[in-house]
Parts: sequence; C-alpha cells; structure tokens
Amino acid sequence: MSQPNTPFRRYYLPFRGMFDPCPPIGPKVYVVPPNVLTGFQPPDYPQFPPLEALRKGTLWEPFFDYYESPYRK
Amino acid sequence: MWSYEKKLMYPVKVSTCNPTLAKYLMEQYGGADGELAAALRYLNQRYTIPDKVIGVLNDIGTEEFAHLEMIATMIYKLTKDATPDQLRAAGLAEHYVSHDSALFYNNAAGVPFTASYIQAKGDPIADLYEDIAAEEKARATYQWIIDQSDDPDLNDGLRFLREREIIHAQRFKEAVMLITEDREQKKVF
Repeated sequence: MSQPNTPFRRYYLPFRGMFDPCPPIGPKVYVVPPNVLTGFQPPDYPQFPPLEALRKGTLWEPFFDYYESPYRK
Repeated sequence: MWSYEKKLMYPVKVSTCNPTLAKYLMEQYGGADGELAAALRYLNQRYTIPDKVIGVLNDIGTEEFAHLEMIATMIYKLTKDATPDQLRAAGLAEHYVSHDSALFYNNAAGVPFTASYIQAKGDPIADLYEDIAAEEKARATYQWIIDQSDDPDLNDGLRFLREREIIHAQRFKEAVMLITEDREQKKVF
C-alpha cells in the first residue's frame, strides 16, 4: 500500500472475525486534512508562488494536501 | 448580481473514453454533498448570518457554481460522443431513456436532486457547522471518485477541487471563530 509522506493520514485496523469471508483489506487509511489541525490561519503563512498556487488549488503551503488513492499500487 | 467569466476555474481535461466515470461524477453534480447543493446552501444561508461572515458564504457559494461548471464539463466530455450501447455498458441506460445525453441533477445512483439535501436553520452555529460538514463530505466524495478513476488528467482536476474543499472548510471554521469570540467586549473583573 503506497502512501504519500504526509502528516494528514491516519490508520486503523478493522476487527477481524474468525469467519470473515474475504481476505483482510489491511489497515484502513483515513484523511485528517490540514484544516482540522490548524485553527485560525496565523499571520505570515508560507505561500506558493502564484502560478503554482493556481495549479494546486491553494495559495497556502501548509493547507496543501495531495491525494492519491491508498489502494493504487 | 454576478459577473460571468467565460472560462473554467481550472482547465478540465479528460484523456480516456470512459463514460462510467461520468456516472460517478454525477454524485458531485446532483448529489446530496455535490456542488449544486453546496452553492444553493451557502447562497441561501447568507441572508441570516452575522454581518461579519456573510462574505464568506457569498464568496464560497459563488465559487461552488464555478466548480459545478467544471463537473458539468467533465460529464459532458465523457458522454457527448457515447453511443446508447456505450451508455448502457456504463450503467447509464436509465439516464439515456429519460435525458439522452443531456446533463441532469441526479446523483451517481440516479436519484434526482431535492432541496431537502440542504438546510437553513437560521442559527449561525448550526448552519456553519453544517457547512463545515458539507465541505468534508464533498472532500471525501472527491477522494472516493479519485479511488475509482484511473484517468490521470481527470484526477488532476478532481484533486484541484478536493483542495478547494479543504480551504473552504478552513474558512468556515474561521467564520465560526469570528462569530464566537468576544474580543470586542470590555471585561470588568
């Protein structure tokens, strides 16, 4: 399971019963996006250069979180 | 009043002919946590919210329509050249018999949009908390669509939209902080 190196992911292991019909999916990943951890945006927050910001969807570096499917090999 | 710019907020490129993706994208078009629901929710709630944060709802509600337009473009590109056979293979035969390849405000399961997807309680905290939840649900929906899609160019646009949901949730949280703090009040001890 490939995961981007980011502080915005958490894992849990679903309970495994003795008679579960399917092979285990392994750790379930969930996202804790930057807005959950930040509070009010502090002054002088680091910014992307303007053209990069337009591509990324945010001006603010700490708010950027690239998503890739955790199931993608 | 609005002014319209005749271009998309972010370029939409679709590189594979896969009409099934159009079906999934309809969740963001006419679904409960889709862009239409978001736009209507915020632009309606903005009348009965403290003055300080009207602008947040106004600006984000407006941006949601720009997102809706991107989703519409993606769906249109994926279905405009599809034959009835291809649409049936994509699970869109039911859509076809009612709409041909016209877009309609359905969710991915074909359930038509309803105003009961959105709320306006008139209580600023209740409404803003609903908005935060709506943004997180839309972010999650984008994640699950990206999980299902193997079109890199389409996913690029979806990643942009997902990032905007994160920023919107952040701004709604700040709006809650703005209307809950009492810094202006003089405290006498």
